[in-house]
Amino acid sequence: MSEALVTLDNLTVKRGGRAVLSGIHGCFERGSMTAIMGANGAGKSTLLKSVMGLLPSAQGRVIRTPHDLDIAYLPQQAAIDHSFPVSVGEVVAMGAWQRVGGFGALKQREWRRQVAEALARVGFDDISKRSIGALSTGQFQRVLFARLLLQNAEMVLLDEPFAGVDAATTRDLLALVCEWHQQGRTIVAVLHDINQVVRHFPATLLLAGRQIAWGNSEEVLSTEHLQQALGMSGSAEQSEGSRL
Amino acid sequence: MIDWLDQTLWMPFTDFGFMRRALIAGFALSISAGPVGVLLLLRRMSLMGDALSHAVLPGAAIGYLVAGLSLWAMGIGGLVAGLLVAMMAGFTSRRSRLREDASFAGFYLISLAGGVMIVSLRGSSIDLLHVLFGTILAIDANTLYLIAGISSVTLLVLAVIYRPLVMECFDPEFLRTVKGRGGWAHHAFLLLVVLNLIAGFQSLGTLMAVGMMMLPALVARLWTSALGSMMLLSVLVGCAASLIGLVVSFNAGVASGPAIVLSAGAFYLISLVISPGGLLGRQHR
Repeated sequence: MSEALVTLDNLTVKRGGRAVLSGIHGCFERGSMTAIMGANGAGKSTLLKSVMGLLPSAQGRVIRTPHDLDIAYLPQQAAIDHSFPVSVGEVVAMGAWQRVGGFGALKQREWRRQVAEALARVGFDDISKRSIGALSTGQFQRVLFARLLLQNAEMVLLDEPFAGVDAATTRDLLALVCEWHQQGRTIVAVLHDINQVVRHFPATLLLAGRQIAWGNSEEVLSTEHLQQALGMSGSAEQSEGSRL
Repeated sequence: MIDWLDQTLWMPFTDFGFMRRALIAGFALSISAGPVGVLLLLRRMSLMGDALSHAVLPGAAIGYLVAGLSLWAMGIGGLVAGLLVAMMAGFTSRRSRLREDASFAGFYLISLAGGVMIVSLRGSSIDLLHVLFGTILAIDANTLYLIAGISSVTLLVLAVIYRPLVMECFDPEFLRTVKGRGGWAHHAFLLLVVLNLIAGFQSLGTLMAVGMMMLPALVARLWTSALGSMMLLSVLVGCAASLIGLVVSFNAGVASGPAIVLSAGAFYLISLVISPGGLLGRQHR
């Protein structure tokens, strides 16, 4: 039996006094690759933030094993100010924070090499001196993935990693995510493309403010479950083809 | 022509000690207030600098009531008042429905009115003008040491907290996910803002101290997209505005504080039109 890395024990999270997520129960096993799906407002991002410890639980709890589990988190792009005057290299180098902290020394040559390597892995020549304001959405997402590479964490949480990103970038970044999974890392990603999930993600957690289903992706993404997810989310959004 | 330039630009500083001290005070202020202003701008706290500059007034006024026009009494009073307002605004924004900017607005308006009332209790309108608009031409050696000291401390502290401060400003959520603590860097930064406003109000007064902080920062933001260059450019603009403002003030016989801030304002208006990030530029988003 696989080891539980993060266990959600009857987790309920409130925002603005209203429960946006309730009664989530289950676990992310070590080395698993799980998609989180649901309509807008279903609580997907809230769940990731709870796992990260960015939001407190109103009831229940999040149990990380070990307690100081190393987790890397990719936020939605909209959460980051693209006009901020920092360079690509500086953003990628942030991934080294846990090793060097706020005051630790960064050996210039060493971190430049690591940044260049990470950028190369996401398909860039050395663009470390370029301002992030000059990047397209897809290019910026590659840079954030390079930052994840430097974090080198055991568990990786991705919040809509392919939203607004071109097909070539999606293909390259998805390949990188699959590679992380093969290396034994635990992956949890908020996604909307059902075909992509069925093809690449063995497990799925389907949400609609509460847990609709959690398990094997093909079983979870049944028509019955999807109808429940759309009907219960309170969202006007409807499933369009293979997207939720 | 050379004689005219000599008389206009050079002579004020070679012949008059108060002009030399004013120029050095302006440079010292620019060296620290510029980078602080850049960070305020990037943290979307431009108007909070203004609010804090007004917030120091009652403390400075109480210092004045207790010890007259004492540099240290007014400085310490201003520091305590500025920090109190910053803390109370932060506290109420966390515990009430009001956002931080609204909390700041409430407390600084009370502070400003309270400060003016305290000065009016015992002082003359000349004293009030000194506090509100400063007297850069009356700067003595002690005031110069205070301004230079604040400037040096600011640069040192900024160098130490630079990484967490910038990261907390750019991507605070990321900082929390890597267990970095940006809160203390934010508080240390607010302390620097208040300290620089204290230095600024000794020379430019509470009403215009923030001008030397924000206008050079705005100019720098319009011209460059790299943080280091922005800070350097803000310092250069502040120094240039100090020099030009003092020269204009001396030769035209106008008040020096407003002349300096208006010089920085001229840099801003020109940059707003011709810079890459300005109205005619193509780099704005």
